[in-house]
Amino acid sequence: MSTAEDVVTEAPAIEAVPKRAMTLGTGTSVVVLLLLLAVPLFAKNFIIFQLTQLLYLGLAVLALNILTGGSGQFSLGQSAFYAVGAYVTAVMMEAFNINYVLCLPIAGVLCFGFGFLFGQPALRLSGVYLALATFALATAMPQLLKLNFLEHWTGGVQGLVVTKPDAPFGLPMSQDMWLYYFTLAIVLAIYIFSVNLLRSRSGRAFMAIRDNEIAASAMGVNVALYKTLAFGVSAGITGVAGGLSAIAVQFVAPDSFTITLSIQLFLGMVVGGVGWLPGSIVGAAFIIFVPNIAEGISKGLSGAVFGVLLFFVIYLVPHGARQVAIMGQQLVGRLKKN
Amino acid sequence: MLFERTLRTAALVTATAVITFTSGAALAQKKYDTGASDTEIKIGNIMPYSGPASAYGIIGKTEEAYFKMINDKGGINGRKINFVTYDDGYSPPKAVEQVRKLVESDEVLVVFNPLGTPSNSAIQKYLNAKKIPQLFVATGATKWNDPKNFPWTMGWQPSYQSEAQIYAKWLLKEKPDAKVAILYQNDDFGKDYLKGTKDGLGAKAASMIIMEESYEVSEPSIDGHIVKIKAANPDVLLIYATPKFAAQTIKKTAELSWKPLQILTNVSISVGSVMKPAGFEAAQNVLSAAYAKDSTDPQWNNDPGMKKWNEFVDKYMAGADKSDTSMIYGYGAASTLAKVLEMCGDDLTRANIMKQAASLKDFTPDTLLPGVKINTGATDFAPIAQLQMQRFKGERWELFGEIISGDIATE
Repeated sequence: MSTAEDVVTEAPAIEAVPKRAMTLGTGTSVVVLLLLLAVPLFAKNFIIFQLTQLLYLGLAVLALNILTGGSGQFSLGQSAFYAVGAYVTAVMMEAFNINYVLCLPIAGVLCFGFGFLFGQPALRLSGVYLALATFALATAMPQLLKLNFLEHWTGGVQGLVVTKPDAPFGLPMSQDMWLYYFTLAIVLAIYIFSVNLLRSRSGRAFMAIRDNEIAASAMGVNVALYKTLAFGVSAGITGVAGGLSAIAVQFVAPDSFTITLSIQLFLGMVVGGVGWLPGSIVGAAFIIFVPNIAEGISKGLSGAVFGVLLFFVIYLVPHGARQVAIMGQQLVGRLKKN
Repeated sequence: MLFERTLRTAALVTATAVITFTSGAALAQKKYDTGASDTEIKIGNIMPYSGPASAYGIIGKTEEAYFKMINDKGGINGRKINFVTYDDGYSPPKAVEQVRKLVESDEVLVVFNPLGTPSNSAIQKYLNAKKIPQLFVATGATKWNDPKNFPWTMGWQPSYQSEAQIYAKWLLKEKPDAKVAILYQNDDFGKDYLKGTKDGLGAKAASMIIMEESYEVSEPSIDGHIVKIKAANPDVLLIYATPKFAAQTIKKTAELSWKPLQILTNVSISVGSVMKPAGFEAAQNVLSAAYAKDSTDPQWNNDPGMKKWNEFVDKYMAGADKSDTSMIYGYGAASTLAKVLEMCGDDLTRANIMKQAASLKDFTPDTLLPGVKINTGATDFAPIAQLQMQRFKGERWELFGEIISGDIATE
């Protein structure tokens, strides 16, 4: 049986999301943006650090969302791209003294190339098989980072300490606050880019492939090109997120980028709503804060508590944050009518 | 929860009462940093309660129980210990997040006994920049003894390098003509041992070591390496391997009916997870070194220190598996911190805590071998640097010889 037939007979794993439903309305966007801008002014440094975490993990979830929600391909290998981005940034900053602002685009471009190349063999695989292939990539990555001949740069198992940048131009803000706004600017730029990408011709091609590969190719979409392109874009954005994480955490080590990270990102995507880009931040919030809440409830059973919470989310709102948002919208609409 | 809180409040009230009585004379010298007060000392900790190293989580639970015991006995200098411990899942980014939470949100006085080399590497720079003690870290890497560059970080257990030096010293004394082969894990752990051995052998290293063979943690079996080492025909085999591989090595040498003198790292001396799977017969006469008492060893049945430990486990950790060495470890580390806090008196500033931690003289926790003493100094941030050799006989380890010291400083 050919792959094409495979795809046809499989039930669609990802619900088709129309492209308008992928973003927020203008009013909501402005409110969210204002909130994101204002909160650090009133929060402690630790909260700002957590919000920074939220932003770059949200970015990584967004990258996966473009791949899965946009083009319909699964990936459990995001932690590998994330690791490459983090290491490239860390090594360039520490070993070659390159400014961190320049490191991020380089990390992004490198990861784009890496992802694009990985997309080539991935073309032959679909659904769960693709998930498995990317899974292999994620399990291999921590060990590759420990390799002897790379140790000179990567620091091997010991990892690499990164210096946190100060606010430039003598701005009167703490390192954490500067990094937050820096991260916010990058995340916003990439978010706008992603929204436009999905609304463009390429985005329509992604979604056509997601909805029906054969139909898409009959319409003249170059399936191979767009599938690998989606992989590349996703990997590139993940790389930037990884780079931001290296700067914020000030440390990279192979143990930071295990398969658990990939699974967390996947979880974040599902909880946020597959194919709904603003949900990425909600998903990231889930993977950062819910384990902490679970630990607060019971230290010994934190994993089990987390599992129960996750189960409730999936059971009550299977489409994640998107479903909650839609319900909220309908509620507001009904109130207006009355 | 509620019950606990009521208890704590009751304790606080009592403590306050005691302090009001005694505070008249001491009022002048009382000095506090964030996290300490007349009634409470807040201690932070991170542990891998989940994830690949979750077996070590029992260390954190032991420490929590130990401080509960201290509080039940009235606390330290009248102050209760509030032990806040979080799960880092053995992940460095999570460790950074949790330590920042401890410091910036919970406002602890010190971060005590955080576990794992990667996690500690990740938080070291942050804590030193903030001038917060990273006290008695739970890892054997040598780099924690570096007071010049990291004056706020201190180790606790013997470092891998100092342990390897002890083996080298012993070899130089007992078997100066040995032909030595070293099998080591190809990571920081194995390489620390390799360096310590070479440093310890000094000028004789080049002539004594005939083979250095490394393996990767990812390899399923190391039988091939053993066959290769045997071909070089050494008469001493140093096994610097983690438990699974250590067991394989001991088993394979026996299968090849090859009987070199085998010396095994302290990391892999567990009877249950190494010596038993390797086969007791194969493990006879294997040498190693220890610094703490073995809870399963009957020779400590009447030992006052171990009696105290047994009482502690029975009362505060009822039902726990007593053969778990993590409980010996946690008890020892926690009692060292208690000692330091006691020495601090009413001057509970972070600077004074580091000063007192660096002036421990001949301190002996209940669970350390007799003769092993904790000593620190302004340039010596390696509390335990002594071990005693031991030999595997029957189904357990037998100590022999005297306590050997392997004090080394980071260059």
